[in-house]
Amino acid sequence: MLKLLFKKFQHIKKQKALESKLQAPSLLLFFPYIWSILFFLIPTILVIKISLAKSFISLPPFTPLIQGISDYFWGVYLYFGNYITLFTDSFYFSALLSSFVLAGSSTIICLFIGYSMAYAVCRASKRVQIILILLIVLPFVTSFLIRVYAWMSLLNSQGALNVLLTKIGLISAPIHFLDNNYVVCLVMVYCYLPFMIMPIYAALDKIENSLIEASLDLGASQWQSFWHITVPLSIPGVMAGCTLVFVPSLGEFVIPELIGGARTMTIGQTIWGEFFQNRDWPLACSIAVLMMCSFVFCALLSKMKGVLLKNK
Amino acid sequence: MEPWQDPNAEPYIQIESISKKYGSVEAVRNVSLSIYKGELFSLLGGSGCGKSSLLRVLAGFETPTSGRVLVDGVDITDKPPYERPVNMMFQSYALFPHMTVYKNIAFGLKQESLPKSVIYERVMESLELIQMTQFANRKPQQLSGGQRQRVALARSIVKRPKLLLLDEPLAALDKRLREQTQFELVNIQERVGITFILVTHDQEEAMTMSSRMAIMEDGRIRQVGAPHDVYEFPNSRFVAEFIGSMNIFDGVVVEEAQDHVIVDSPEAGCSILTTHVGAIPIGANVSVAIRPEKVMMSKTPPAEGRNCTKGIVREIAYLGDISIYYVELSSGKHIQSSLPNLLRLSERNVKWDDEVYLFWRAENGVLLTV
Repeated sequence: MLKLLFKKFQHIKKQKALESKLQAPSLLLFFPYIWSILFFLIPTILVIKISLAKSFISLPPFTPLIQGISDYFWGVYLYFGNYITLFTDSFYFSALLSSFVLAGSSTIICLFIGYSMAYAVCRASKRVQIILILLIVLPFVTSFLIRVYAWMSLLNSQGALNVLLTKIGLISAPIHFLDNNYVVCLVMVYCYLPFMIMPIYAALDKIENSLIEASLDLGASQWQSFWHITVPLSIPGVMAGCTLVFVPSLGEFVIPELIGGARTMTIGQTIWGEFFQNRDWPLACSIAVLMMCSFVFCALLSKMKGVLLKNK
Repeated sequence: MEPWQDPNAEPYIQIESISKKYGSVEAVRNVSLSIYKGELFSLLGGSGCGKSSLLRVLAGFETPTSGRVLVDGVDITDKPPYERPVNMMFQSYALFPHMTVYKNIAFGLKQESLPKSVIYERVMESLELIQMTQFANRKPQQLSGGQRQRVALARSIVKRPKLLLLDEPLAALDKRLREQTQFELVNIQERVGITFILVTHDQEEAMTMSSRMAIMEDGRIRQVGAPHDVYEFPNSRFVAEFIGSMNIFDGVVVEEAQDHVIVDSPEAGCSILTTHVGAIPIGANVSVAIRPEKVMMSKTPPAEGRNCTKGIVREIAYLGDISIYYVELSSGKHIQSSLPNLLRLSERNVKWDDEVYLFWRAENGVLLTV
């Protein structure tokens, strides 16, 4: 992400050099820099800084980076113990892994449901399209938390689903739906689905109908045309949608905490626990840094793959 | 003898009373056409005349409300587009943006699951035909408009269809390139021997390229014929005014013989003698149409008194190769007369506001009853 941002700035710089005569309002161009420095770069540096400190009972609860050694000497103290803990204690690794598995499976499920929904919306008439999109977005006018609580009240032992099943006579005692990874995944899919649908819809909507007609005309059936023309041309939308779903669900805290109960331990919950229960800010920060690094690593890997494919 | 003049010739494409309704709107009304093998047939008309709807029916993207289509004796009306021996070149070219030129052209052949070597051979062959072998690995967005147009053409003929449909194939090109491409397209058509049906709104394009053309209006076919036949002998006032420019005089038939009629036209300020075969009752209201290039002009009266009127030159439009004189008759009607610019404008004796005589030969007037 950092790299992407940097690239964007470079692009803007280049353009600026090219259009020096045009002189776009420079304050406008400067605004993204200021914004990113204030709200992205400084906080990130702070997090990295805290991750390199030692937990200490004080306010704030960690050792300062620069400490006086004697009256005349000051030293920079870097403590890597937090990172060693992360790599040696399997608890953190398994939390990270379970987060990745949860986010990954939610993303894949979202992709299949979202793609078919986006495709259906795209095939509808223009007027119906607006209504359908409104229906997809409408639940998001209500608060995210309320929606998660709604799922809880739907699924708990006195919840609507259990009551219904008991009334029908399918079950005699209420089933315990909550407190497992599957239901966390379900609620995550529910919450993040629109973020998958919208970019895919935008990509599908851009595909001109004449391309599909040309494919049919050249002897490809409906299904083959979908596979050879529609799918490859919607890849940018799929990538955007997957990123939009995967990134927030990787760090998701609310859903696993409320729905998953004690059975699930995601990286988001771990960070929260370290911060507020253990008051170990440095460890919490180091988890955050590790997560960010692993994510950047993934992004670089996919980028490398793209470059390799291009060279081929 | 051209195939359409030969009563024994078997039409290759038969369009039998095709109608297409969109809701209550009738886009194509009972159109029947017979097209012969190897023809370059144009459907010419303004926007909304139904020519594109007819083309889409032939391609299989629309099902006709009634009627049927036969290609080489086989009824294809109910076949989906991918099962028809028909290919189409789209107005927007519809090249697949994620595929190279090679893959775009190979796409249709791959659907037939031909062996790779055969596909390679045929793609290269068609790339040679459009002289774009060196562009095989380019993506469509790296090509110019003219190159894209040629790739689209290659892609649509590589499957060797029995019928190729072209939807405004040259509309996206600029004028100079369009004129070049017209001849190129005709050459390619002659080399591959595929029957072409071309849709266009550009009459020049239709005139230069087609073996025959059909003039469409409001979902109907108004006239079918070779370009020179349609130009010289329009069958209605609509066609006469649609193709080229035309001087039209309204009048009444006063004399009718086997080979000619005489029309009295107060609008023209004279009686008009026109060669015409066929019976028209005396007293019928008709019009006589004369092309501007067939109207001659002089300052002295011509020897023959018939088909001659006089007026005042109101406007001279200088177009480089020809000049068009707008002459106002005493009835108030404006007549166009176009003359090749053999002399420079300043050397000519006919000037603005001169009184001139306009005359034409009897066989150049076309009698129109509708």
